[in-house]
Amino acid sequence: MLDSLFSQEGWQEALEVLTQFPLAIWETVYVTVLAIFFAILLGLPLGVLLVVGGENGILPLPRPVMRILDVGINLLRSVPFLILMILVFPLTRLIIGTIVGTTASIVPLVIAAFPFVARLAESSLREVDPNVIEMAQSTGATPFQIITRVLIPESVPSLISNATIALTTILGYNAMSGIIGGGGLGKIAINYGYYRYKFLIMFLAVICLIVLVQVFQSMGTRLARRADKRLKNQNP
Amino acid sequence: MIELRNLSKTFRTADGTVEALRDVSLTVEDGDIFGIIGMSGAGKSTLVRCINMLERPNSGSVLIDGQDLSLQPDRVLRRVRREITMIFQGFNLLMQRTVLKNVCFPLELAGVPKSQARTRALELLQTVGLSDKANAYPAQLSGGQKQRVAIARALATDPKVLLCDEATSALDPSTTVSILELIRQINEKTGITVIIITHQMSVVENVCRHVAILDSGRVVEQGEVAEVFAHPKSKAARDLVFPEDSEGALRVGSGDAQYIRVVFNGADAAGKPLIAHMAVEKGIEASIVYASTRSINGKVYGSMLLGVSGGEGVTRSAVEYLTNTPSVAAEEVTLDA
Repeated sequence: MLDSLFSQEGWQEALEVLTQFPLAIWETVYVTVLAIFFAILLGLPLGVLLVVGGENGILPLPRPVMRILDVGINLLRSVPFLILMILVFPLTRLIIGTIVGTTASIVPLVIAAFPFVARLAESSLREVDPNVIEMAQSTGATPFQIITRVLIPESVPSLISNATIALTTILGYNAMSGIIGGGGLGKIAINYGYYRYKFLIMFLAVICLIVLVQVFQSMGTRLARRADKRLKNQNP
Repeated sequence: MIELRNLSKTFRTADGTVEALRDVSLTVEDGDIFGIIGMSGAGKSTLVRCINMLERPNSGSVLIDGQDLSLQPDRVLRRVRREITMIFQGFNLLMQRTVLKNVCFPLELAGVPKSQARTRALELLQTVGLSDKANAYPAQLSGGQKQRVAIARALATDPKVLLCDEATSALDPSTTVSILELIRQINEKTGITVIIITHQMSVVENVCRHVAILDSGRVVEQGEVAEVFAHPKSKAARDLVFPEDSEGALRVGSGDAQYIRVVFNGADAAGKPLIAHMAVEKGIEASIVYASTRSINGKVYGSMLLGVSGGEGVTRSAVEYLTNTPSVAAEEVTLDA
């Protein structure tokens, strides 16, 4: 397997495929960013509901509703992504019109990511000091005002770090979606590395993925730190 | 005027029900600074939360200027809470907002236009002496400064009542004094009614005009601060005013012992060993149950608790003997369980 890393032809071939890398990187970024966008769009409100709808929450919802929400999220989270991709084919066809291709792979990614995002958002929002919520209530805030002006703004740093975690997870899933024709670095790694034993190309694609994860992660960490006003000694 | 009538509140917990409030009735006049003091677990926090209906009582009513809050729906209560604001032990500032934005928060909720809210907030920051910190974040402030921000925030909507829930318990003694001074000034200037929940005697002594003592969910004593503290009647009151009496381990002998509290107010210590003289002159043997005295320039200050056995007559003559000593006061006290 390592032979190809050092052989002349291996490198020549790799250089040819390398021209496809910019497009693949773009596809990976585009799919990941769109998927996280929709996952947050669905997951954040669910996370909010999980926090405020509980028995001691600020907007208690009927128990059966909370139960369905809880079980539903767990259910979606327990389906392996590879299986989920296939299970959501009908939905993908309904929304995108086809089940193959880069754009089509966004649907299973969103379905896989939004329950995960909901749980992450839930844990972020639970970090908000209950005494601060009580303060807002004593000031006459409505439940909606508490959500939009206290719960979410107060947990922004934590929400950003958790969004970063979700982003890197989606990046990993995205590589898997190469199997159903989802474009990107994952497709290159699978097509050349797995189907054609071109390990050098696979390695290069994986290195690109590692760099992407690093970039996303350090961007997220920096953003979260900058957003956090609890850190002392910063200039107002 | 705030009237609490027969408030009761029970909480259901894993191991049974807890009666946090039992038939509590209180009246607080407009413009008063009213202290509610009690040991932890006495029901103070529940009581203060019933005043703004953060906790709904199981029975009884809360009348604010005659309006019964316990009958109002949440929508009305939210508006009422702009009139009855609150500060807390933990300050409860929004950590991701600047000081100025924290003070603007209640105005924002009330839908006051931004520029107007800003002007008002800056005004209030001046009142509490923090104009220069408007753009700082709470993490950059000291505890006392945080409480000042919380006070400014509580005053933003021009409330009629300010509830202080252990507002100085997390502060050091000198900061406590300055915060209480600020509250007193605001009370004098604006005529706002202040209700202070605390377990610290010094807080009540410092600023309150009236006080209610809460014990196991019941109001056991209330009245003017000087009156209640000079002649505490209930056990809970005595425990607060004279904490030494409550230490049960110090009981002397059998059940027939009687107790005398001796207060030294600059008595001549060097001249006369008081207790020994009493034994010699009157033949009364007293044991010292508790003593906390200081000698300053040869004069004694402080108090002492004596145990005397021998019946009513002996105790009475001991009190008489002690009272006749210059700068010493004595009274018989009963230590009920």
